[in-house]
Amino acid sequence: MNWILNISEITSGDRDRVGGKGYALAQLAGNGFTIPETLCLTVDAYDQFVLRTGLRERVLIELNRKNFKEMRWEEIWDCATRIRNMFLRTPMPEEIGTRLRQEIANRFKDKRVVVRSSAPEEDDAHASFAGLHESYLNIQGTDAILAHIRKVWASLWSDAALLYRQEIGLDAEKSAMAVVIQEIIVGDRSGVAFSKNPNHPSQAVIESVYGLNQGLVDGLVEPDRWILDRERKTVLTHTPAQRQQQMIPHGDGVVMSPLPPELSTVPPLNPDEVLGVFNVSLRAENFFKLPQDTEWTYKDNTLLLLQSRPITSSGGETPGDNRSWYLSLHRSFENLKALRKKIEHELIPKMIETARTMAETDPDTLSDQELAQEIRRRWEMNQNWVNVYWEDFIPFAHGVRLFGQVYNDVMQPKDAYEFVDLLTQTEMASLERNQILAELAEQIRHDPQLAAQLRQGDAGRIKPAFLAEVESFIQKFGDLSCSMTGGTQCVEDAMPLFNILLEMAAHPVPGERKRKSDSASDLKERFLSHFQGQERDWAGELLDLARSSYRLRDDDNIYLGRIEAQVLICVQVAKERINASSQSGETQSVSEELKTVLDDLEHRAEPMNPYQKQSGQSFEIKPRQLVGQPAGPGLCRGKARVIQQHSELAEFKAGEVLVCDAVDPNMTFVVPLASGVVERRGGMLIHGAIIAREYGLPCVTGIANATSFIRTGDEVTVDGFLGIVTVGAGDI
Amino acid sequence: MEKAEDIQRQIRELFVSQNLAVLATHNEEQPYANLVAFVTTDDLKYLYFVTPRATRKFANLSADSRVALLINNSTNQNTDFHQAIAVTAVGKAEEITGDDRTRVLPLYLAKHPHLEEFAKSPTCALVRVTAASYYLVKNFQNVMEFHFTQ
Repeated sequence: MNWILNISEITSGDRDRVGGKGYALAQLAGNGFTIPETLCLTVDAYDQFVLRTGLRERVLIELNRKNFKEMRWEEIWDCATRIRNMFLRTPMPEEIGTRLRQEIANRFKDKRVVVRSSAPEEDDAHASFAGLHESYLNIQGTDAILAHIRKVWASLWSDAALLYRQEIGLDAEKSAMAVVIQEIIVGDRSGVAFSKNPNHPSQAVIESVYGLNQGLVDGLVEPDRWILDRERKTVLTHTPAQRQQQMIPHGDGVVMSPLPPELSTVPPLNPDEVLGVFNVSLRAENFFKLPQDTEWTYKDNTLLLLQSRPITSSGGETPGDNRSWYLSLHRSFENLKALRKKIEHELIPKMIETARTMAETDPDTLSDQELAQEIRRRWEMNQNWVNVYWEDFIPFAHGVRLFGQVYNDVMQPKDAYEFVDLLTQTEMASLERNQILAELAEQIRHDPQLAAQLRQGDAGRIKPAFLAEVESFIQKFGDLSCSMTGGTQCVEDAMPLFNILLEMAAHPVPGERKRKSDSASDLKERFLSHFQGQERDWAGELLDLARSSYRLRDDDNIYLGRIEAQVLICVQVAKERINASSQSGETQSVSEELKTVLDDLEHRAEPMNPYQKQSGQSFEIKPRQLVGQPAGPGLCRGKARVIQQHSELAEFKAGEVLVCDAVDPNMTFVVPLASGVVERRGGMLIHGAIIAREYGLPCVTGIANATSFIRTGDEVTVDGFLGIVTVGAGDI
Repeated sequence: MEKAEDIQRQIRELFVSQNLAVLATHNEEQPYANLVAFVTTDDLKYLYFVTPRATRKFANLSADSRVALLINNSTNQNTDFHQAIAVTAVGKAEEITGDDRTRVLPLYLAKHPHLEEFAKSPTCALVRVTAASYYLVKNFQNVMEFHFTQ
């Protein structure tokens, strides 16, 4: 079977083999439209690659580790990152490589090309995958083209594509990817055209920028915009852009470059050219018999079509269509830099201020009715910040992923998460705190008298110098028995802290378990050595951005938690009033409003363990082997310590496995004592995983219902290589 | 999140869809495995199979009633690794005779009508395994346990 087809060889029977994009290009080329020189790699090449290398089943095992619907987006990203790394690290089998190499070398020689995705399920009138799969511009040389073909194949399994495919009900097992290889046309002006405006059927829309079209498609360059009357073929409006930048080929890729000043005052298209683009898009519409979304470029005054696809039937976003959100999962460097500024200088100060002003109202002083109003007010403010969290903070986490992708591309490491070691150079407050704790424990270890005093817990008899150090610790880092966000479960004295210090003194962390030595600077040098000149500066900036993104990944939760805590404080007061009145039998005196507001907010009891034995039931179900995400390599076996409340941390014993719903930064002081970490919340970049990695502990995240399945004292085995937690000793 | 009923349903569906189970017995601590055609009751408490009394398996289970059965839906394809599910049943085996046999045999033959002659032979025993526990494996490495408590 022929895996590589010239555009002229493609017939109507090849639609499913060359994908939507390849097929549309073949039809355009065969009907008088001018397109760049193009070659299609059919899905058979993909199928052969994944079959012969065993990748097909490896991908499916990865995707079926857990129920997809139970995975958080971070877990899906982890999954996609691992799959991408599999593609990067799996060489082309010789037979496939030789065939592709010959054809590509014959056709393109030294020409620079664009390597584009063309999925068979893409670009029909019901689903648009626009932007969900990847394309690479300005690639030169057979080896580089082959490497980028694998990247395009891997993008079939990007998180955004996985989410979208699941949403529209496509079967992942049948997915395959064709690839379009096109000579790059370095046009001086480029753009997109909608032959019919989805919102105003009598109009067409044209957008244009200077330079390569990718600048517009990626949202990096603001386009000039024309609205046209379809029937009269006249321009209705022209909205000029602030023309400042263009995307141009550079090295083995593309860069953003300042626009020469003489161009910034001139629209990229003159009125004749606007009509020229419109006419071509209309011809495409007439040809395909559906309104078209085309990409085009002008080179030396010749208009070339780069691609054409039907405008999806929905026209724009329909309610429930989350594609734009999935697409926001991919942010450009420029976009992330702007976001960083907004978050650091605008949003976080505002969040701190919001929590502070909320705290000014003491709920105890409010009447029932006022309290109900206050709960609603705080709830709405909290919701507002939750929305900001989704819109700005979550996308900013993609600074880490953008860096991870670049790192994996250039380093191709065995461990897809090696890049995290580079980000841990960022000093986090929690690590500084753990260091001070270790020093306090060291003092106790060498002073039996002090140890005895602490065990008795009588503050009056403890050495004042030591007590002063503990006081200063609490001042700086807070009482460790308090939850960071709630603050309502604090233990009054310092006994929990003493217990932990005594445990740490009795079980010093062995040398190899201390924080991993900073090999990060070596890693940084090795990473940066792959770049030269301007690119090296860019790589350094990207690392800096990723470190900020990594740090904020924790901090944003803390700031949001403080706001949420203000809601919970009011809710707590309301619950106490309802309880008190029901005990005294004066139910009428409590405002119904309070009950209603609590019902509205759905502050209900925790869901129970779905496997718990019900009365009258003749069987019991329990987990044996739970699969989550491998988040810290290593293997350990120990007794579980399940943490439901912060105060329980004081009971933590050396060698236990920390099992919790979500490790927050204020819980990690027990991690040096732990032999492993298990967490319900999934992902490689959550705090528990980060700290476990710092201390070289096995860690598994994404274990659904971890804290209800596993009980304190259960013997558990944590396999951080495979992401498996085994409960119990194995007897029948 | 799957509920207990979901797990029960998955086990039942697997048992209905499969004709054969691998039976594990032992002879003086030497493990022995073979295939049997089985049927299960709706409440999953019992599994039944037939075997001539002269077989190794019958001798083994007569000497030690503790047995295990493995039922799975693998198809000898690569896709088994993420698609197949397997259930190990652990319990006690005994031959049933008299009224019990008369009552159960139609249930067995309804699933395996082609074994009628074989099953009705005077040399063939109808064996009942009373299940104590099931171990359900799916998605390659997920394992849940299902224990009868009464």
